[in-house]
Amino acid sequence: MSPFLRRPEAAAIISLFAILAFYAALGGVNLGTLFGAASWLNFAANLGIVAIPVGILMIGGHIDISIGAMIPAGSMTIAILSGYYELPIWVGILGTLSLAAVVGLVNGILTARTTVPSLIITLSTLVVMQGVVLAGANLLTGGSSVALTSPDWAKSVFGSLIGGSHQVVIFWWMGFAAILAFLLHKTRVGNWVFAMGGDLVSARNAGVPTTRLTIVLFMLSAMSAAFVGMCGAIQFNSAQVSGGMGYIFNAIVSVVVGGVVLTGGFGSVLGIFVGTITFAIVSQGIYFTDIDRNWSSLIIGVTLLLAVAMNESFRKFALRSGPKPRASAQAIAVKA
Amino acid sequence: MSDQKPILALRGVNKSFGPIDVLHDINLEVRAGEVLCLLGDNGAGKSTLIKIMSGVHQPTSGTIEMDGQATGLPTPRAASEKGIATVHQFGGTFPLMSIGRSFFVGVEPTKGWGPFKVYDRKRANEIAVKAVQNFGITRIDDGDRLVGGLSGGERQSLAIARAVHFGARVLILDEPTAALGVKQAAHVLRIVNEAKRRGLAVIFITHQVMHAMAVGDHFAVLIRGAVAADFKKGQKTREEITDLMAGGETMANLEASIDGYMASHDGHPPAPVH
Repeated sequence: MSPFLRRPEAAAIISLFAILAFYAALGGVNLGTLFGAASWLNFAANLGIVAIPVGILMIGGHIDISIGAMIPAGSMTIAILSGYYELPIWVGILGTLSLAAVVGLVNGILTARTTVPSLIITLSTLVVMQGVVLAGANLLTGGSSVALTSPDWAKSVFGSLIGGSHQVVIFWWMGFAAILAFLLHKTRVGNWVFAMGGDLVSARNAGVPTTRLTIVLFMLSAMSAAFVGMCGAIQFNSAQVSGGMGYIFNAIVSVVVGGVVLTGGFGSVLGIFVGTITFAIVSQGIYFTDIDRNWSSLIIGVTLLLAVAMNESFRKFALRSGPKPRASAQAIAVKA
Repeated sequence: MSDQKPILALRGVNKSFGPIDVLHDINLEVRAGEVLCLLGDNGAGKSTLIKIMSGVHQPTSGTIEMDGQATGLPTPRAASEKGIATVHQFGGTFPLMSIGRSFFVGVEPTKGWGPFKVYDRKRANEIAVKAVQNFGITRIDDGDRLVGGLSGGERQSLAIARAVHFGARVLILDEPTAALGVKQAAHVLRIVNEAKRRGLAVIFITHQVMHAMAVGDHFAVLIRGAVAADFKKGQKTREEITDLMAGGETMANLEASIDGYMASHDGHPPAPVH
């Protein structure tokens, strides 16, 4: 068993190569053109900024589906504050992130303090925030679409196109992934996330501040979703109350393809990163092939199943990869 | 040994949950280098007693003493800070974490400075592997292996080694051999002896009389929340202990009544009573 296959991201990397090979062989895609294209990379960047914190939350044993409402909430908040009320853009940015922080705080406190599963809690906040955004936008602006004009600096930092095609969000995604990978895999706090997802009670008894950690993780996912919405509003100069729901499933698919165990305790940021790219190439790369694009959902479904099956079997290998139990009788020699 | 003060003692501990009395007037003590076996059938109150000693539950009345001083164990954290470590049936914890990482959860060694303080994987692995090898489990030599890949006995041993490494003085082992095969159970019993040799006070909870007799110095049998018998090694036979655990009814009587039932029911045994 090679050490590579023991890693959480192994299946995601293999899936990515399999998809590329499939598209190249059967779809007649030119890989050079595909790699140079912006469409899937833009898609992956926006999705990835949400998927990484959602994935870390899943490693920690929770899930956050309220991100589906936090994306339009993010774009609407900045558009209302800095567009409709014409406040300075930094007020809009701060307001957006603060609102998301509050929603994340509520999700986190409810999850940590009750025994209600986070799926149900964030389902509630998802619906609540949809209502708040819809009713709030109508109440304050009288419409469901708000225009936003951003100053040049904000535009170039959050919502510009590089080379006319690549969104600047791509760099945010990569930076974000690098920082979170460092935090999750190289620091004490990262170890606490794995411990919490592996066994909440044992982690708490070992001194991990599980309540605080849960709250921080939920705040991170809500804020990153709002950030994606905010960048969209700045780039497209307007915000709509709808949209964002697709992110819920897309993020979860990316995370699971990326090797995160749904029950928590196992996964990696690199895996989620590659899982997001795989998902983006399947769904957006199909436009570069001769394959009818209506098949893309089918391919995504099959990829998901294959990746999860690979993850499962690799994990079994990882658990087994050690000396055979039979040898243990001789190996144990207690000093009497 | 018996003249020395007990490390942990329960004095007249009662516990009730609302109207239900779970433990009545429990008096127990355990000394350094001694294994106290807590025997009892399912539902006798063993788990509640463990939870009181490990800070999960508070006694309704009565006191807990450590080194002769009355003390409180308000939280599991407080109990572990006082040196009471509880190891659960499956060795606890994190099957999908590496040995090194799970060993140091909450107290991870770091290197570097400021915001770049990173988890010291190499040192964590070294210390963890060494700690468990000192207990005789030489088969564990790679700290990067996942805990879930270890056998049940090895996981128990890892958990015990971890508790000892972090300065535990009282080791509470909750049914450590219940889920294990004969050989694996023997390993764990050897680890228990090793912990005892190192001067730890061990509280060994089990309903397997054979395992208890293999390591125990002192035995307490719990029946319906009360200590029904309290005796030293060699004072009772295995049959006597088994009979005690069955609630005073002797196994011989039980067998006779089953035989009688079968004789009057065309050889069908009675439906099991739960």
